[in-house]
Amino acid sequence: MNRIEATFMKLKKEGKKAHISFLTAGDPSIDQSFELVKALIEGGSDIVEIGVPYSDPLADGPVIQAASTRALASGVTVEQVFELAARCRTATDIPMLFLMYANTLMVYGVERFIARCSMVGIDGLIIPDIPYEEREGILPYMKKYGVEMIPLVAPTSKDRVPLITSECNGFVYCVSSLGVTGRTSEFANDIEDYIKDVKSQTSLPVAIGFGITDYEDVKRLESVADGVIVGSAIVKEIERSNGDAATLKTFVSKLFFG
Amino acid sequence: MNKNFGRFGGQYVPEALMYPLKELEAAFDKYSKDEDFIKEYRYYLKEYVGRETPLYLAQRLTETLKGAKIYLKREDLNHTGAHKINNVLGQILLAKRMGKKKVIAETGAGQHGVATATGAALFGMECTVFMGEEDVQRQQLNVFRMELLGAKVVTVTSGTSTLKDATNEAIREWVRTVEDTFYVIGSVVGPHPYPTMVRDFQRVIGDETRRQILEKEGRLPDKIIACVGGGSNAMGIFYPFVEDLKVDLIGIEAAGLGVESGKHAVVLNKAAGGTLGVLHGMKTMLLTDENGNIIPAHSISAGLDYPGVGPEHAYLQDVKRATYEMITDQEALDGFEMLSKIEGIIPALESSHAIAYAMKIAPTMKPEEIIVINLSGRGDKDTHTVMDYFRDGKTGLEKLNK
Repeated sequence: MNRIEATFMKLKKEGKKAHISFLTAGDPSIDQSFELVKALIEGGSDIVEIGVPYSDPLADGPVIQAASTRALASGVTVEQVFELAARCRTATDIPMLFLMYANTLMVYGVERFIARCSMVGIDGLIIPDIPYEEREGILPYMKKYGVEMIPLVAPTSKDRVPLITSECNGFVYCVSSLGVTGRTSEFANDIEDYIKDVKSQTSLPVAIGFGITDYEDVKRLESVADGVIVGSAIVKEIERSNGDAATLKTFVSKLFFG
Repeated sequence: MNKNFGRFGGQYVPEALMYPLKELEAAFDKYSKDEDFIKEYRYYLKEYVGRETPLYLAQRLTETLKGAKIYLKREDLNHTGAHKINNVLGQILLAKRMGKKKVIAETGAGQHGVATATGAALFGMECTVFMGEEDVQRQQLNVFRMELLGAKVVTVTSGTSTLKDATNEAIREWVRTVEDTFYVIGSVVGPHPYPTMVRDFQRVIGDETRRQILEKEGRLPDKIIACVGGGSNAMGIFYPFVEDLKVDLIGIEAAGLGVESGKHAVVLNKAAGGTLGVLHGMKTMLLTDENGNIIPAHSISAGLDYPGVGPEHAYLQDVKRATYEMITDQEALDGFEMLSKIEGIIPALESSHAIAYAMKIAPTMKPEEIIVINLSGRGDKDTHTVMDYFRDGKTGLEKLNK
């Protein structure tokens, strides 16, 4: 059983929901990223997503785009992101994922990248610009090296959910109608129906990630989903505090537990 | 409908766009075979755009270069001044049939933005154009033209604030508004079905050329030359000749200040060596660094200033059906000047790359051989860019544009 499945199973037994947090590697610097990942975990994260900075992140909102731009400006390389992951793996046993784009994977080399993920202890990949239809060149390698594909589902997915979640063993990442990360306005009311609909079509745990800014949001969404994903709010806090780990730990703890 | 061209193409987009792309594909498949749709599209091409465009024998250019006979396909005579309108009208008519009320577009220098704003004005649709901040500043005239036509121009400040970032932003906007909005892509790029659809709306260039050259010469040309940024004018003129293996298809990429300078837009020609990757929803050849980040392209001509290329061009190169050559900023300016002075036609800087390449090869060919150059646009839009260069005795090339 992979770390992701094990985590969701354990949380379910305890009657808890998964707290999933995100940061961009190298924002503000790769050295600080290690302390910041530790802060996310100490603040109560069950799973951590590490964003691999990319020049053209078309599925991200302005906050995470800006983090990517800052990280690239600080000179972060893919190699350094792998080193960061390896270092984090020595400090924690919780699931770690990469959020990344297809081009990073292709230019590095699909098999080489996935093999390296497995080696440094990355449990799964979230690749927003690889939809179900484009998985065939990637999935065999993920299976070979035991790295999970975390499928993304959107409100427009409708009856595609069984297809999208087929051959996946981690969890389902539900995004809003916005489709890109960050806060949306009108969508809130339809969330329950949307999540129920997704859950009716898959046996995988369902996590939602969009525009969660405070504990109220977390509580509300935990009542419908198996996990909540917080990205932009954390990235904003990292920017605000200039990457201070102690501040981030307090912020995350408040966010997840009130 | 096949979504790939060999190992290129595909649909590398967020899940939220998969249903909309399938809808678009179904609509395009249906209407591209629908007689009423085709009739309406042809009506507007003729009555509004002014097609067909002439295939003009450039007699003085031919005499000057002392080699092959040179014809110009005069896409510069289209309404709005370039081939872009052929595709825009096709997509906007399709948007209407699909019941969409709004259109969005990305633009670099503003030519596709102006064409889209024009089509939107013609059919009373709401239009938003995404344009990088850097381009907004250097192309004020086109920004004003779009506004005059009733479009809203959104300044994009993310990434490098140029065309590639404007395209990212247009895709993000489409994800947000997909229910009532149609995304009009300006070149043979993006996720399937766009490369196929844009090619099919541009193939009118090649279809006319074929008929015209057979009328004038009783045979097909030996070489067809067209500039390639994303590659829509080239794909449009190449496509009807792809099966005619005796016709050389030559795409011209912008070598900017020279490939060795690193400031260029060459992704197919092996001298620069692009990388296989994914950008704007397609798998194709790209300019990237070793970490997979996109390297900004450079060309004096904004229309060729793109770090990728349409997937079908990458395929045509792969199967050796087309070749891709390079022309520098300097050579393009020489072509620009030559055509202005000896034919009385001011070409777009984009098209000047194709002219410059013809200037290189025509003298090596026999008088009975025939070259067709796709003169994809007129150069009025570029005159302010090159004015200082010509007035200062052809100096200051590196200061132009960027």
